Amino acid sequence: MEKRVVFRHPVLPYLLVAPQIAITLIFFIWPASQALFQSVLQQDPFGLSTEFIWFENFIELFTTPAYMDSIKVTAVFSFSVAMLALTVALYLAVQADRVIRGGMIYKTSLIWPYAVAPAVAAVLWLFMFSPTLGIITYALEVLGYNWNHKLNGTEAMMLVVVASAWRQVSYNFLFFLAGMFAIPKSLIEASAIDGAGPARRFWTIVFPLLMPTTFFLMVMNMVYAFFDTFGVIHMISEGGPAGATMIMVYKVYEDGFRALDLGGSSAQSVVLMAIVIALTVVQFRYIERKVEY
Amino acid sequence: MVENRPWVTYLTHIMLVVGVLVMAFPIYLTFVASTHTLPELLDRPMPVLPGSHFIENYTTALTSGVKELGVSVGRMMFNSLVMALGITIGKISISLLAAFAIVYFKFRFRMFFFWLIFFTLMLPVEVRILPTYKVVADLGMLDNYAGLTLPLIASATATFLFRQVFLAVPDELAEAARIDGAGPVRFFFDILVPMTRTNMAAMFVILFIYGWNQYLWPLLITTDESMYTIIIGINRMLAVGDDFAEWQVIMATTMLSMLPPVVIVVSMQKLFVKGLTETEK
Amino acid sequence: MAEVLIKDVKKSFGKVEVVHGVNCNMEDGEFIVIVGPSGCGKSTVLRMIAGLEKITAGEISIGGRVVNDLEPAERDIAMVFQNYALYPHMSVYKNMAYGLKIRRMPKAEIEERVQKAAKILELSEFLNRKPRQLSGGQRQRVAMGRAIVREPKVFLFDEPLSNLDAKLRVQMRLEIRRLQKRLGVTSVYVTHDQVEAMTLGHRLLVMNDGNMEQIGTPIDLYERPKTVFVAGFIGSPSMNFLTAGISADGTAVELSGEGSLPLPDGFSKYGGSEVTLGLRPEHIIVTEKDSPIKFKVDMVEELGADSLVYGYFGPENTILAIRVPGTVKIEADMNLQLTCEPQNLHLFDLKSGNRLEV
Repeated sequence: MEKRVVFRHPVLPYLLVAPQIAITLIFFIWPASQALFQSVLQQDPFGLSTEFIWFENFIELFTTPAYMDSIKVTAVFSFSVAMLALTVALYLAVQADRVIRGGMIYKTSLIWPYAVAPAVAAVLWLFMFSPTLGIITYALEVLGYNWNHKLNGTEAMMLVVVASAWRQVSYNFLFFLAGMFAIPKSLIEASAIDGAGPARRFWTIVFPLLMPTTFFLMVMNMVYAFFDTFGVIHMISEGGPAGATMIMVYKVYEDGFRALDLGGSSAQSVVLMAIVIALTVVQFRYIERKVEY
Repeated sequence: MVENRPWVTYLTHIMLVVGVLVMAFPIYLTFVASTHTLPELLDRPMPVLPGSHFIENYTTALTSGVKELGVSVGRMMFNSLVMALGITIGKISISLLAAFAIVYFKFRFRMFFFWLIFFTLMLPVEVRILPTYKVVADLGMLDNYAGLTLPLIASATATFLFRQVFLAVPDELAEAARIDGAGPVRFFFDILVPMTRTNMAAMFVILFIYGWNQYLWPLLITTDESMYTIIIGINRMLAVGDDFAEWQVIMATTMLSMLPPVVIVVSMQKLFVKGLTETEK
Repeated sequence: MAEVLIKDVKKSFGKVEVVHGVNCNMEDGEFIVIVGPSGCGKSTVLRMIAGLEKITAGEISIGGRVVNDLEPAERDIAMVFQNYALYPHMSVYKNMAYGLKIRRMPKAEIEERVQKAAKILELSEFLNRKPRQLSGGQRQRVAMGRAIVREPKVFLFDEPLSNLDAKLRVQMRLEIRRLQKRLGVTSVYVTHDQVEAMTLGHRLLVMNDGNMEQIGTPIDLYERPKTVFVAGFIGSPSMNFLTAGISADGTAVELSGEGSLPLPDGFSKYGGSEVTLGLRPEHIIVTEKDSPIKFKVDMVEELGADSLVYGYFGPENTILAIRVPGTVKIEADMNLQLTCEPQNLHLFDLKSGNRLEV
């Protein structure tokens, strides 16, 4: 943590941290504390009076069916995204780890989707499932199924989940590959000599040793699903139809910018902040302990 | 692979190819759509092979965009570029300075600043949108490049990466420099910064993609069309509704919007992977 | 004039004092080696001379100037580090030129100095290479080149050869010695290797646990070690130590019930004292005559020119090492009688470990 060599200078270090601290204070600490502050206020829509109402906003939140629904939706959404992205990525990573020739090509072809913005990923999938000219919609029609995610809540959810997961597969793939690379070949060879077949080897050796990576990715995928998917929701469904895809971060936007309910929106922000902090803390704690082999 | 069963290897390759194709399919389709005229697309099912209107569509997109939008894709790509570069260069610069101060100097509040910056790691912009919007509005930075970039420079991932890198630099190097007569500023520019070139490049890749792909923030900040980033532009183009969207231009725009980040990831793959894996620790 | 005067220098880290008062007057052009085991404080002293550590008490002056409060760059010193500390992204030339560049030396002069140093160190063909393209020995030479071009008042070496393999170490040792002789610059060299110390230094400063044990020429330290520590540290294999007592009249040293060995004149004042007796392996003689040291051989290491014989002596089975010529054939389990010339007996006070002087 500490360097042996330290410079002592009266002014310089302050100058060096100044830009970062300034930006942090102005665009981060101040707004975050504002959010906290406003979450315990109620402002009437004309901005004429503000009332200090303690935790009423929070209580109201947790008793509003719409918000509770949003929590449910978010849970279903993030869990689905994480599961889908993790399993596909793990499978592909295992396959890619096996091939000696061409490994590089597969790797390259599977990681570039990460460069695509979540919002753009949404457009791609939206296009394929568009009720008007989506090619998959057409295929489904031929099979007798009418797809319209603008009307059907479950379909909307499925679409946003797939669009979100598509991109995360690359991310997870990368980390899984790196994690598997770190497993000493000698362990695998030893178990092969012991008589374990490939499936067994995977479940008893590779998978357990990938646990830290998996856990890490789980948390990262959830954070991604909670926040970075705003663009996906906004592009595809705008939280609809009828709140079927109203994840919590989208609701903050809706209530804050559209409905102008500052108090409620701020309270929601605070709840989200708490969740992220909890996730980050869990992440850090686990990372501290993970280096234990 | 330990066993020597050739058919398993074939199977593996096949599955991988399938995986690659499935992942690539949406992009392929988008590309196809960007090369046809709208009537051709609306004629169900849409064609699955590329058409012949590549140049026409892309030119339209770049020079004039979609009719209702009022701004060309070319202009929007420029906005995205400015924003992405602004965030990238801004973040790397202030992070280098801050990491340098925290690692190599002893001063009061050092630990306090450290934790302050650490705190920012945990809260992405989506969580503080309302008040940050208000701050930016109050500072008069709506609808301009400063408002687009500055709030996104705040988080500390780059600072942490550089801190880790600096901690790993051997003490003796700094001592040798000290004996050679280099003060802290010289040490920073002549020695520390050149030594961390790879890490800076890795960060550049990651941050550029992050900045280019921003959605929520530009959505809130920009109301003037000429300031739209390309990602927002696409959303606006679709806002006219499914039936009236000029899909062929939209798809061309989409392809264009993916171009810079994908090119960077593919050509700088090693750096990208390095940047990704090292920041997330 | 580049004398280095170290007066009563102490160093504490917080409340813990790690260097308890070191004194040394180094003459211009002298090669002083500070030697001692790990953790004895030798590097700390060196770093205080360099200015990399603050001096808690005492005074250091270089070339007549007190340097306590001066930055390293202002002290006109140059240092060679154990890990070379070469700037990895700069070529060999740039590495050597860096310090001069900062001092705003004209380019032509920098060129001249670097080329000269490169020639002395046989680095001329490597000037455009980066450190990672060089071998360990070459890197070490670049580190020395960086020091030479500065033409400082003092060279400081911090265990520079520790990272090299044994053969290279011997070679570089000679090179350093030759170099110093040629350039005539006052040098302070830190090492834990007593062989390196003995071969390089004009004088040695032996340190232990923050204390200065003794300072003197290598032969001084070998023939007249002032403390048990120095006696055991210098010489390989180390000196053998036995607990003994001086006879009442001071003419002989008695070995726990086994008999006694005669002492030279002058020890009468120590009659009756309890002592640690030191015998160097190379001074122990195998004798036919009846002698108090009855020795049972345990193992023999045949090195060619010499053999090292290890075995047991006395009631407590103390292990002794003796050095015999390779031609003498000794085997395990043999019983031998050992003795030693009076002038080769080293006597130290049992409690303080200090040498008993006549």
